[in-house]
Amino acid sequence: MTTSTVLAAAGAVSGGEEVTFWILGPLALIGAIGMVAARNAVHSALWLVLTMLCLGVFYVLQAGPFIGMVQIIVYTGAIMMLFLFVLMLVGRDSTDSLIETLRGQRVAAIVLGLGFAGLVGGALYRALEGTTAVGLEQANAEGNVQGIARLLFTKYVFAFELTSALLITAAVGAMVLAHIERRKQDKVDQVSTMRARFAPGNYPGPKPGPGVFATSSSVATPARLPDGRLSERSTPEILPVRELTAQETTLKGTDS
Amino acid sequence: MTPSILAQDPTLADFGRDPWWLVLGKIVFAFAFGLLATLLGVWFERRVVGYMQVRPGPNQVGPFGLLQTLADGLKMAFKEDILPKAADKVVYFFAPTISVICAVTALSVVPFGPMVSIFGHHTPLQVTDVPVAVLLLLACSSMGVYGVVLGGWASGSTYPLLGGLRSSAQMISYEVAMGLSIVAVFMTAGTMSTSGIVAAQGDGTELTIFGQTVPAPGWYAILLLPSFIIFFIATVGETNRAPFDLPEAESELVAGFMTEYSSLKFALFMLSEYVAMVTMSAVTTTLFLGGWRAPWPITIWEGANSGWWPMLWFFGKVIALVFVFVWLRGTLPRLRYDQFMRLGWKVLLPINLVWILVLSGLRSIEDWDTRGKMIAVGIPAGILLIATIFWPSRRPKPKPTTQEQVDNRPHGSFPLPPMDLQVPPSPRITRVVAEREPANIVAGSDSREV
Repeated sequence: MTTSTVLAAAGAVSGGEEVTFWILGPLALIGAIGMVAARNAVHSALWLVLTMLCLGVFYVLQAGPFIGMVQIIVYTGAIMMLFLFVLMLVGRDSTDSLIETLRGQRVAAIVLGLGFAGLVGGALYRALEGTTAVGLEQANAEGNVQGIARLLFTKYVFAFELTSALLITAAVGAMVLAHIERRKQDKVDQVSTMRARFAPGNYPGPKPGPGVFATSSSVATPARLPDGRLSERSTPEILPVRELTAQETTLKGTDS
Repeated sequence: MTPSILAQDPTLADFGRDPWWLVLGKIVFAFAFGLLATLLGVWFERRVVGYMQVRPGPNQVGPFGLLQTLADGLKMAFKEDILPKAADKVVYFFAPTISVICAVTALSVVPFGPMVSIFGHHTPLQVTDVPVAVLLLLACSSMGVYGVVLGGWASGSTYPLLGGLRSSAQMISYEVAMGLSIVAVFMTAGTMSTSGIVAAQGDGTELTIFGQTVPAPGWYAILLLPSFIIFFIATVGETNRAPFDLPEAESELVAGFMTEYSSLKFALFMLSEYVAMVTMSAVTTTLFLGGWRAPWPITIWEGANSGWWPMLWFFGKVIALVFVFVWLRGTLPRLRYDQFMRLGWKVLLPINLVWILVLSGLRSIEDWDTRGKMIAVGIPAGILLIATIFWPSRRPKPKPTTQEQVDNRPHGSFPLPPMDLQVPPSPRITRVVAEREPANIVAGSDSREV
């Protein structure tokens, strides 16, 4: 029908597929290595994006255009973007420190990783050597998207719905934990704020400043009202209103 | 419709058969279309906004100022390319290119016209088509966000970073609304390929109204009106255009993600914005406005949907949509960030979900012909619309009079003077009336303005 089914012709690997693979395969590998090796977290994420894009193209090559596009839209477009969002919030100058807390763990990790990759690659190669893909034609008979839809909504509908219920539960749970709901009567709009401000008993103007007088340079000195009283509203609440006693104000007799 | 016109509809089988020079030609055409559309689009926008604001707009360079953008582009190329000290050099360089590449790539699956004959080759006027072409468009637009976000991050200063953050949140939110509104199109057309969707909008059924046969509208903008509206709103959000241009809100963030950019890199960002606008207009045309198909009065002419003519209808629709983009920019003030997010998640998304539910419910009723469905949906929708328009607005409570307000004041309020207080004029103030000689000027023969 189209490129997808042309490429999916079982057995023989077409020239175009081979060329694409040998261009994108090394790129995907470079992306994977770069992701681990990059010092900066954002660079790491970008290398991963490169690998994911290559994987998306590989899916398309393997006669799965739908999964390839979904890989790009969902993983690269949405999930990695959320990663980037968080990384950018963390700050751009935060790079990994190079100090090893465990002695020799880097070398050990490299050796183990290479060994594991070799094992998996070798096993896969030995297992799949000489086998030809079977059933791609039947699976894509009525189109790739339709084939996936048929399976999703008939055979695997229960698993599919269960997974979506799980995801919804997780999302709702996260929202419940993080969200603070204010009751409707607790919300104050601008009109009622103004009403409360001008209600009797509340002085609508700004508070008087502290009475820093010639005798004192402390902000704890209360302001004096026109009638001579002291205003408690002029000092910060954490400071007590203190007035000097008569003994404190009398001359100490040191100036004679 | 006659079979000869039906044969003009390209199907997926028609793609992938072109010789290499034809493929190259189509690619170059799509690319040139994007660039040319930018060149003319900037001029068009400035002229239209100028007209809306009652000023001429650019009118000096070339006829009607047509070459103004070219002059600006040349000037931009010769400006100093500033690289901020704190910038992340590689990412700073790549960000604008990502934007442009994604915007242009999306044009590759847009059908410009039906099957035509080019040097003896029977080929569709479209670079390529795949069974998941619309998903490719979505992928391009979601990858295009990286350009904006990385540009903001790599600039190494605060305003661009804020713009980038805003952009990433904005695009993720509006992509959801956009994807959901395309679902309705998939359900109705039964395919994801763009040429298939255009073909599906062509075969409208015939309606008999009062004995007259009228072709029923096949455009999804009419059949799927809620999806169309939501899709277009999401498109404006996705292309960072006013009133949703929060990533580059100049009153808050200087120029947002492109504050630190200059010279050609800035030009690339500018290019990507306009190419994205044109691409999105073309996609909207393809998905909802019948693609290259001629609108109704023209279809009376038999050859309207064959040959090279459809390209004209296509460009006409794209220009009309670009005009709407400009119109929105000239009319609406920018939304606040929280309003914008609330619109996306709390309005567009729920409406879309309910609409898809209704649509799939309608489609699942099998033994019901299209006409019955249209009547069953159209009449209630029409009644609802008319009822909404003519619904008596709730009468506002009469405002309390001054006396009532005074009477309702709580106990202990400040005393008020009586409401009917007449302040007598002070006897000390005598009113001075300026007595002036009447002007002694007669209209002479000399009417020269002074």
